Amino acid sequence: MVHDLLIAPFADFAFMRRALIGVTALALGACPIGVFLMLRRMSLVGDAMAHAILPGAAIGFLLSGMSLFAMTAGGLVAGIVVAALAGLVARTTQLREDASLATFYLLSLALGVAIVSMKGTNIDLLHVLFGSVLALDDPTLLLIAINATVTLLVLALIYRPLVMECVDPHFVRSVSGAGAPTHLAFLALVVVNLVSGFHALGTLLAVGIMMLPAAIGRFWARDITGIVVVATVAGIVSGYAGLLLSFHAGMPSGPAVILVAGGFYILSLLFGPVGGLVHQMFPGRHLEA
Amino acid sequence: MKIPRILVIAAAATLSMLSPAAAQKPEPLPVMASFSILADFVRAVGGERVAVDMLVGPDADAHVFTPAPADARRVAAAKLIVVNGLGFEGWLDRLLKSAGSNAPVVVASRGVTARSNEAAHDHDDDDHDHDHDDDHDDDHDHDDHAGHDHGDTDPHAWQSVANARIYVGNIRDALIAADPAGRAAYEANTRNYLGQLDALDRDLKETLARIPAERRHVISTHQAFGYFTEAYGIAFKAPVGVSTEQEASARDVAQLIAQIRREKAPAVFLENISDPRLARRIAEETGAKIGGTLYSDALTKADGPAPTYLDMMRHNMRTIAEALAN
Repeated sequence: MVHDLLIAPFADFAFMRRALIGVTALALGACPIGVFLMLRRMSLVGDAMAHAILPGAAIGFLLSGMSLFAMTAGGLVAGIVVAALAGLVARTTQLREDASLATFYLLSLALGVAIVSMKGTNIDLLHVLFGSVLALDDPTLLLIAINATVTLLVLALIYRPLVMECVDPHFVRSVSGAGAPTHLAFLALVVVNLVSGFHALGTLLAVGIMMLPAAIGRFWARDITGIVVVATVAGIVSGYAGLLLSFHAGMPSGPAVILVAGGFYILSLLFGPVGGLVHQMFPGRHLEA
Repeated sequence: MKIPRILVIAAAATLSMLSPAAAQKPEPLPVMASFSILADFVRAVGGERVAVDMLVGPDADAHVFTPAPADARRVAAAKLIVVNGLGFEGWLDRLLKSAGSNAPVVVASRGVTARSNEAAHDHDDDDHDHDHDDDHDDDHDHDDHAGHDHGDTDPHAWQSVANARIYVGNIRDALIAADPAGRAAYEANTRNYLGQLDALDRDLKETLARIPAERRHVISTHQAFGYFTEAYGIAFKAPVGVSTEQEASARDVAQLIAQIRREKAPAVFLENISDPRLARRIAEETGAKIGGTLYSDALTKADGPAPTYLDMMRHNMRTIAEALAN
């Protein structure tokens, strides 16, 4: 019974195993990135970047058709250019990061839509680019795994300056020149993980697997390491439970994964030990020395 | 029999220079068809008396078409608008309104016996259709001029040649109403084209009847072949429903795979308008072979394998017959 419910879907069907590996690899890379986005108050940057990437992927599609490489490369280039320009403008002028990012992603989006329309195809690009976690083939799985690996390696490399930047960017700027490169590397990682997310969950929900687990983690741990660990576990569990939901209830797989994560978020919001609502209402005994 | 268009135009141009009388030949009637297959029917019936334009071009997906301002301008220029109906063109009503078009709208599928979406899922008894197509049901409801069951009808009626005959009849009547002077030409063209459709229907039935009964079930990418199944007895299963807008659920895909394994479906077909990745995965997981590309909802460009309806149906017939031969 329990076996039928929880394990049999993956034992019987290769596409379910692939989907599980896909969302797990995705969570390993995207969830830590989401935590840092949240701590830097950039939670909505993911959405903006998703729009910035789309035109690049669309141009890649127009140039060489349904090619994983072209679409991914196009998306990466567009996303990194937008991120770099926005980051540079924010650091060199008085314009804030959110404003400069908004201008550049909208420019990128408008350019993409214009190019696509002038090419005169009727194909709905969202649909073409909309990946499904149920249709992950070998190249796509490899791409997601490589992206997750690169993400974790680079994160390990820039971890200290990145954490310091989250806490006090002015201090980092005053003691070392590592701030700007760290920030740009981080934005590049955001782009890389969004591209992975597109392939697994589609354009609309890619940001979900990044931000929801991060918000969940915030209610369970106080230090960054703890939040990252909780977020990653929450991401993986959401992926697993979402696939099961899609399998047993016949729900489309992408929304199922994100809805499960949303359910965990609401539970954490209520019962999380760090700032959860129930804990705020009933704070328990004060510790005494 | 078919004279290339460019030759006709060249000949007409030459003639008009030679004799002033030929210049009085009436302007062709501008007709807008909603997608490529209807445009082909209009061209066959209207011949040189009509100038056919289409909204959703070759190799494009009418389920998810988003009209642009230029499309509204083209619609406004048309004197007759030909649509499929049966909930196929969910975007059409708003486009007609915004274009301010007063041209008569012909529903080419009028008189066709519509299949319900439910019947397209002739396996299993569950209701997974209802789970995730609520949103586009709403879109489809109001354009269902044909007056069939709203929302849940399968619009791909042209996949049966018998229905194509009904389409052609409706288009002929509409063209005569819009351009009474051309009655004789339209009726002659229609007689000629119906003859070709009859020959096509015979070919389809004969060729596909030769496939052994136990091999007559295949997989495609979306449920576009319900009428084809009814007419020619090849059973189609697909992970996505009659509209490509839906996203597959793990349960749908798993049921399909389990079914292919059980019944040993010999082939999986791709379609020109749909994402091939899901069908490829299913083929790989079940060991069924990829039988080729079928053309369901759109014709190809002139240099493709299916530039006209007749070519499309013959191409599908050959592809299926080859893949299922043994």
